[in-house]
Amino acid sequence: MEKAILGKKVGMTSIYDDKGVAVPVTIVEAGPCPVVNIRTMEKDGYSAIQLGFETIRENKVIKPVAGQFKKVGIAPCRHLKEFRNLAKSYEIGSEVTVAEFTTGDKVKVSTTSKGRGFQGVIKRHHFGGVGMQTHGQSDRQRHPGSVGSSSYPSRVFKGLRMAGRMGGKRTSVRNIQIFDIIPERNLILLKGSVPGPKNTLLEIVKV
Amino acid sequence: MTSLEYVNNLAIERADALRKTKDGDNFKNVPQFREGDTVVVAVRVVEGEKERIQNFKGIVIGLRGSGINKTFTIRKVSNGVGVERVFPLNSPMIQSITIDKLGHVRRAKLYYLRGMSEKKIRQKLS
Repeated sequence: MEKAILGKKVGMTSIYDDKGVAVPVTIVEAGPCPVVNIRTMEKDGYSAIQLGFETIRENKVIKPVAGQFKKVGIAPCRHLKEFRNLAKSYEIGSEVTVAEFTTGDKVKVSTTSKGRGFQGVIKRHHFGGVGMQTHGQSDRQRHPGSVGSSSYPSRVFKGLRMAGRMGGKRTSVRNIQIFDIIPERNLILLKGSVPGPKNTLLEIVKV
Repeated sequence: MTSLEYVNNLAIERADALRKTKDGDNFKNVPQFREGDTVVVAVRVVEGEKERIQNFKGIVIGLRGSGINKTFTIRKVSNGVGVERVFPLNSPMIQSITIDKLGHVRRAKLYYLRGMSEKKIRQKLS
């Protein structure tokens, strides 16, 4: 990994590029993220930096967490995330800002996707449905169809795609282009869409 | 100002700036108009390398959206065929919008003009 930052999804809009083409963009309020802790090979067995995001009051965090911030003299943050094996070396207390990224960078965005609740196989696994409305089919247009054969194997295979809880899981999208960076307001404009609802925490990583 | 409002305003500023660099002294601000007005839209048409201006004149039958995403629909009857085009209000691909005639209507969407004769439309708009 080269660079990493934490951000909050604000929403989407469109903006015109220098050719006059309307480009859909996602607005992300990213950083400034203080480096709260550094993991080293010698001490922790892996190398990583711990980034904080969104300063909150000290009484909003539990005492053990408040202690971690107090030790390094940084105001408590709502979110803490570790990023492993970054190319650049950081110091505790320094800040990661959007200015580290450049327009045109391809980044990976990871977050928790929107929770969709219990969904059928058509929405969840892109099944096509049973296929017919007549010829003996009734009440089963969006059904999964057969889930296996009969006497052999006499069971349903593990991992068979079925209806169930959809979304609300960690998702990553790679190769999202940075359309623009506005350092004075700590904004990153990402080309296209990004998973997750508004106000969700995004991990933006340049691999 | 929220970040979303900020980026929306920025998008409009940039679109205007792009039109300024393209048009120079010919730059015109986006005018205020509403449904029922007859307007002339000068659209940039890109043909290969070259760019030329094409006028589209018609009645504004609806406005929708807000900020940078605001669009308007224009209807005209060309050789007996109704033509409707939707333009983004702040698009840099529009060179200018000029108001030809003001209309007087009580609706926000004038879809009822679609089936009408020209004479009836004239009566409706005055």
